[in-house]
Amino acid sequence: MENQKNNIIELKDIFVSFGEEKVLDGLSLAIKDKEFITLLGPSGCGKTTTLRIIAGFLDANRGEVVFEDKKINGVPSYKRQVNTIFQRYALFPHLNVYENVAFGLRVKKLKENEIKEIVTEMLHLVNLDGFEKRSISTLSGGQQQRVAIARAIANKPKVLLLDEPLAALDLKLRKDMQKELRRIQRQLGITFVFVTHDQEEALTMSDRVVVMNKGKIQQIGTPQDIYNEPENAFVADFIGESNILDGVMKKDFVAEFSGHVFECLDKGFFENENVDVVVRPEDVDIVPVEKGMLTGTVTSVDFLGVHYEIIVDIGGFKWMIQTTDECFVGDNVGLYIEPDAIHIMKKSEYSGLYGDYSTYSEEMEHLSDIEPEDDDE
Amino acid sequence: MNKKSFGSRLVAAPYIVWSAIFIVVPLIIMVYFAFTNDAGSFTLSNFAQIGKFKKAFGLSILYAVIATIITLLLSYPMAYYMTKFKIGHQRMIMMLIMLPMWMNFLIRTYSWITILANTGLINKFLSFLGIGPLQLINTPGAVILGMVYDFIPYMILPIYTAMSKIDNSLLEAASDLGSDSWSRIRRVIMPLSLPGVISGITMVFVPSVSTFYISQKLGGNKTLLIGDAIEYLFNTGPQYYNVASTLSLILMVLILISTLIMNKFGDDEEVVI
Repeated sequence: MENQKNNIIELKDIFVSFGEEKVLDGLSLAIKDKEFITLLGPSGCGKTTTLRIIAGFLDANRGEVVFEDKKINGVPSYKRQVNTIFQRYALFPHLNVYENVAFGLRVKKLKENEIKEIVTEMLHLVNLDGFEKRSISTLSGGQQQRVAIARAIANKPKVLLLDEPLAALDLKLRKDMQKELRRIQRQLGITFVFVTHDQEEALTMSDRVVVMNKGKIQQIGTPQDIYNEPENAFVADFIGESNILDGVMKKDFVAEFSGHVFECLDKGFFENENVDVVVRPEDVDIVPVEKGMLTGTVTSVDFLGVHYEIIVDIGGFKWMIQTTDECFVGDNVGLYIEPDAIHIMKKSEYSGLYGDYSTYSEEMEHLSDIEPEDDDE
Repeated sequence: MNKKSFGSRLVAAPYIVWSAIFIVVPLIIMVYFAFTNDAGSFTLSNFAQIGKFKKAFGLSILYAVIATIITLLLSYPMAYYMTKFKIGHQRMIMMLIMLPMWMNFLIRTYSWITILANTGLINKFLSFLGIGPLQLINTPGAVILGMVYDFIPYMILPIYTAMSKIDNSLLEAASDLGSDSWSRIRRVIMPLSLPGVISGITMVFVPSVSTFYISQKLGGNKTLLIGDAIEYLFNTGPQYYNVASTLSLILMVLILISTLIMNKFGDDEEVVI
């Protein structure tokens, strides 16, 4: 683990199972102080469970939870220096906005004037000045969200855990809150551990992203790393759109796929090693047939505003390509791929699971529109 | 007038007729008797006589208050622990609590006589140990025991319902904000279960304050509650109908006032009367 001193939380080899079902399978993760780290994965990948382990709502069957170099397994949640923002906010319906934010401070038995000072400061921080006397039921979803944030940070936690906090908001509000959470995190200078299934949200907000699936970490890295250098087919497929092809690494910097030999920037593979090749749809240029490295037929065209999303059939493999050039179904087109647009991955258990875009029309794979989910509990 | 409202009136009609015949008319008759003498002319003299029943009113309220407090103290923790069980087990416990209510109220009360009597179950067991016999039946304690036993399901049920509606994430949130288990009960569970408590108090206090059967069977003739007085007067003869009606009216007003006060505590929450 890098930079041992800087880690505020360390999870070491955590196992959790509910009955027969393995929820976390040997998960190890070091969270750095003051970073914005996001646990990203599909429903049931164990991301919420990881959060609940850190919060103390759940005990691991095996493994260590370390907070500031002290093992905290078995320490109840009310004694931990972390606070949580819950998926459905969990605001107290019998208390008004002021008392909700003051809840943790009253438990700590602070003096009334101190409480008032902190609550006012927190409500100001989340732009809810003047909402003190309002009852929770009169607030909009966005406002409730802000109260939940104010309530959690009023306790001045060292780590804030956020369990899909934006899932219930509409797109516009979600975008605003993403920026706002980022601002609050910088302003307070505390660690945020954010859970989401929305890859776009993860990429925009985080310092580091942890991609999870089936109770295991698939990849940890900066948003750029995760997007540009996915470690396996699962990550490549889950983050953004990708064409994932079977390929062979001829030698360093030379890969063969789709019946063509390409120059690339990857090295360190065995000669003639079988690999997975990722090409992002936006990295492919549409050129006239005679200039193309690959040629194929357009089978579908969707206009998305900023660009067209077209499907090109190349020897039976359907590529997705995003282009600003208008094409029509039935056109023969050439594909031109720059060396830096090609990313080579080692074969993994996910190889072959994520094919081409032949079933694209039925897939409706726009993850950001997924309804709020009940995660792995 | 549109068809829909005519239709809904039609559906409601049997209920309205029923209410009129069996609720409103008897109430009017009661009020009429309360303000007339046995010759049928208007008088307030019935109210002058209620002084004689001061003690019965006082005892009724005292016993009902004690029974309600005991019921609450027993029911609240019971309801709380019920919510800790698995859903299936919760239903089974609820059924066990409701089970005695399938039996007739009179029989349930009667069976306590055989348990508490001087030659009853408890005293037989005590004499086997060489103790007793203790005077259990025909005591104020027996009357209050009867009230608690007969009405406790009406307390547990609304409290349990209110508590099981509390979202677990609220308790997690409280814990997350530093509350230990006692603080969670005090700051979250108690305020959120208050409407259930108020319903429960009302539903136990009202039948307790007006009961006559329990006090007669378990209290002997030593304790005269207001319900006993009303029953006695009605059974004695038509010449006492007027005074009995007056007592009933006063009891009703007392119950109404106490219910309104309880509803005030419940804020704007809906309370079952």
